[in-house]
Amino acid sequence: MRVRVLVRLKPGILDVQGAAVQKALAGLGFTEVTDLRVGKVIEVELQTATADAARARVGEMCRQLLANPVLEDYTIEMADDLARRGAVR
Amino acid sequence: MRFGVVVFPGTWSDCDFHYVISEVLHQPVKYVWHRERDLADLDCVVLPGGFSYGDYLRAGAVAGRSPVVEALRDFIARGGYVLGSCNGFQILCEAGLLPGALMRNECLQYRCQSTHLVVDNVETVFSRGLRPGRVLTMPISHGEGKYHADAEALRTLKAGNQIVFRYAEADGRVTRAANPNGSLENIAGIVNPEGTVLGLMPHPERAAETAMGSADGLLLFQSLLGSLVEDGSFLKR
Repeated sequence: MRVRVLVRLKPGILDVQGAAVQKALAGLGFTEVTDLRVGKVIEVELQTATADAARARVGEMCRQLLANPVLEDYTIEMADDLARRGAVR
Repeated sequence: MRFGVVVFPGTWSDCDFHYVISEVLHQPVKYVWHRERDLADLDCVVLPGGFSYGDYLRAGAVAGRSPVVEALRDFIARGGYVLGSCNGFQILCEAGLLPGALMRNECLQYRCQSTHLVVDNVETVFSRGLRPGRVLTMPISHGEGKYHADAEALRTLKAGNQIVFRYAEADGRVTRAANPNGSLENIAGIVNPEGTVLGLMPHPERAAETAMGSADGLLLFQSLLGSLVEDGSFLKR
């Protein structure tokens, strides 16, 4: 089972990295950018019987290690959903 | 008092702490490997600075789940003292042993400089030899030292008098300009509600002899050892 985790700073927490990237884009002429936030992608392959089980296990991984609940939110995307969108090969 | 200095792959201040404890303070000290679970023969565990596990994922994230840090929970519960500096502070927050988290510096630069710290709380074992409002000089050296806590956690910290050190001017005024990393309310160091676990971004071990520019870092250890007398001078060994 292939699962993709997106980890990003919670809304309201200043993303200084995102702000710096936005500024750099503005320098390149992309002045239409009004907000930009930088996050992390974590791709996990695991052996579970079902997609639900995989989602549950990865959720547990997020709570225990992959995301810091003080600062970050996460979303879990299953490979099937990603394939439908053409997001995985 | 028996000290243990924890060593993770990537720790860099372990030797400095070991030197200060053994050569300057003349206390028994040993290194503790990060896989160790037995801390029974120690009174104080030091989590030094560095880049444990290469800071992979987040600073202190992997170390915060290591066997030695898991063992710290029991160690703290039975009254042991823990001092976490720099990466050690990040590890304590990641492990949930202290509230909040440390984020990328607001300036996005790695900051390696001397800082002034004003003492807010003198009712911890690490600061009991100090007067409130005293200004200490200690260096910082980090890229991710911006302290963050949500509004509720901040209220709890204040209500419990858990903020010990704040970045300040040389005269003790807490100003925006004196904040090197964008930390919430200039917070540089906090304790657990019991006052037995201290996390701070500055490096006391790098300010432990006058030849290093400041010996103020020693005051934390001397408070811990109970060797400061009331007028603020030190008991002679």
